[in-house]
Amino acid sequence: MPFRRKRTDWQSLVSTAATGVMTFSVVAMVGVILGNIVWNGAAQMSLHFIFGGTKEGMFDAAHAGVFPMIFGTVALVVLMTLGVLPVGVITAIYLSEYARSTSAVTRVIRGAINNLAGVPSIVFGLFGLGFFVQFVGGGIDKVFYGGQLNYGKPALVWAAATMAVLTLPVVIVATEEALRAVPKGLREGSMALGATKLETIWRIVLPQALPGVITGAILAVGRGAGEVAPIMFTGAAYFLAHLPSHLSDQFMNLGYHVFVLSTQSPDIERTKPILFGTVLVLLMLTFLLNLAGVIVRARIRARARQANG
Amino acid sequence: MQAPMNNGCGTPQAGALSGRATLAEAILRRKHRWGEWLVERGIFMVSLSAILMIFLIFIFVGREALPVALGRTNNARIQKPIVAAEIPRLSPEKLAAYLGMTVADLKTYDADTLRQLVELKGQELQDIGNPDARINTTSWNMMTEPYRWHGYDKPEFIWQPVSEIPKFNIIPLIIGSLKATLVALLLSVPLGVGAAIYVSQLARPSVRETVKPAIELLSGIPSVVLGFFALIVLATMLQTVFGYESRLNAFVAGVALGLTVIPIIFTISEDALSSVPKAFTHAALALGASPWKAAWQVVLPAAVPGVFAACVLGFGRAIGETMVVLMASGNASIVSGSIFDSCRTLTASIAAELAEVVFGGDHYRILFLLGALLFAATFLTNLLGDVVVHRLKLKLEGSR
Repeated sequence: MPFRRKRTDWQSLVSTAATGVMTFSVVAMVGVILGNIVWNGAAQMSLHFIFGGTKEGMFDAAHAGVFPMIFGTVALVVLMTLGVLPVGVITAIYLSEYARSTSAVTRVIRGAINNLAGVPSIVFGLFGLGFFVQFVGGGIDKVFYGGQLNYGKPALVWAAATMAVLTLPVVIVATEEALRAVPKGLREGSMALGATKLETIWRIVLPQALPGVITGAILAVGRGAGEVAPIMFTGAAYFLAHLPSHLSDQFMNLGYHVFVLSTQSPDIERTKPILFGTVLVLLMLTFLLNLAGVIVRARIRARARQANG
Repeated sequence: MQAPMNNGCGTPQAGALSGRATLAEAILRRKHRWGEWLVERGIFMVSLSAILMIFLIFIFVGREALPVALGRTNNARIQKPIVAAEIPRLSPEKLAAYLGMTVADLKTYDADTLRQLVELKGQELQDIGNPDARINTTSWNMMTEPYRWHGYDKPEFIWQPVSEIPKFNIIPLIIGSLKATLVALLLSVPLGVGAAIYVSQLARPSVRETVKPAIELLSGIPSVVLGFFALIVLATMLQTVFGYESRLNAFVAGVALGLTVIPIIFTISEDALSSVPKAFTHAALALGASPWKAAWQVVLPAAVPGVFAACVLGFGRAIGETMVVLMASGNASIVSGSIFDSCRTLTASIAAELAEVVFGGDHYRILFLLGALLFAATFLTNLLGDVVVHRLKLKLEGSR
């Protein structure tokens, strides 16, 4: 019908424009939030702020530093990665290399992983308190320290353990994806040369999937560095005069510090600069970790290309 | 093929031989590799850890909540006073509970001291004037139904865990959670789904490549940062625009919460829309439909279960989100229909109160009960969402 053709289809035009506006308003929100934080936080950045402690006044913009929180966050994230990486990678290996996708066990494992990813972070906090701090920690104290309080209280190691449980699905999903991307021919070639299945996985499949494993670790670290609710009762401290030196010590944390500064400050106007600064450091830390991961990944890929000729 | 390496070759135990692996299998058959067998068993055991963790969360959150959930706690402060002459006839447990001490402590006192303690307690009970002290406020009735407290002129739902008579009515918290979640979904569902339609169906590939990571960047911003942003910047901004009374309220919290939910709804909807076979779109376009009509009338209906699942999972995320509501909702546990009133959510109550409770006390157990409720709610929404997404995937793969 030639008449239809000529008429402008206003409904389609307007609707398309509307979804476009929606899309860009979301992008704009991201831009406004990040821009606002960078703009306001940049003013607070100084060597003293990043490497200074909180001794001279936690809420005072001129003196406060965030080094203890950076230290605590990094310590937390490193311990968490040590815990979550082996378990997550091994689970992913089972799921992609051994499991039959139709078996009931596999389906239950996948269901559990999906569910674990959806558990609210505050419930992880309750779980960490009930299981790690009281049950495991209390048990260790009873057995090894004769009831003396060492591990049966909020501690760095319990916060890291709780966070490891929280990030487990992230690592599993990313690693499994990477393992599945390794060509089938490589495995068959390896086995045709007489390697066992385990040797094939260890020598051929895993090295190929390493960038994916690292991506998983990075995503986990990004998540772990920003979560606050799970560590509120399992190890994060409001204020500490010293850096944590032992696994059973409490620690300060960037995210928790942001919460403390913005809700407990006696004078929010005076605290605002430190607050923006701390938020910027937190965002930069997660982005820096991401960047480091991306570089490592690129190097591994380059090496793999070289090796492949 | 869902599991490319699942052809049974390699493991010495695997009986099934698939054509190409026969030689390798024959070589492997020569000796049984116990070391590898053990390692492979180990891999299987480790892979069960996700199940173990869900199980442990269930057990350890449930364990603390159980006495309250089963109605075994009683915090009524006025019992029937015990007369001193009754003492010899009472069991030590009952007497200890009456005096508020442990049985071990009880045994350290002689009969005379006990008599004096019982008389003192009786005196104390007579002195309490508040009739509400008679009530067990940790019972399910008191936690879920309105009650006319001493000094109030009508029955009310009250969450006031730290007061002379602790009041544990969880209805205000549930209403608070639902209010913030509702606002969040009202904002994030249209934005998330609209953006998903645009990005997956209408936008040029170059736009898609830049917009998609930008929206996904939002999910990388920690929720404490969004909470901070809502508290410091957004609250003031929205108050200037809408001119409501309390600066922190369910609306501000809901808007910030919406920001955390948008990436989830966007990503899952976009996945669902993109997985609709391109042939659908091409057929519609060939019949003369505009790209919008193809997207709206052909692709979207095919992907509706996925979009629904996105909303369900977004709901689960919003109701479980803690830091944003803790910082931006104002945390007043009032029952009101207005979204511009301050509200207190389930998650925020746990986060704000758990640090100050007595371990093993009633308040502590009720906070764990709230956690168990949250766990159950998100468990069910996740299950529902997963089932719907899975069905959709099967359907679309079948129609390809």
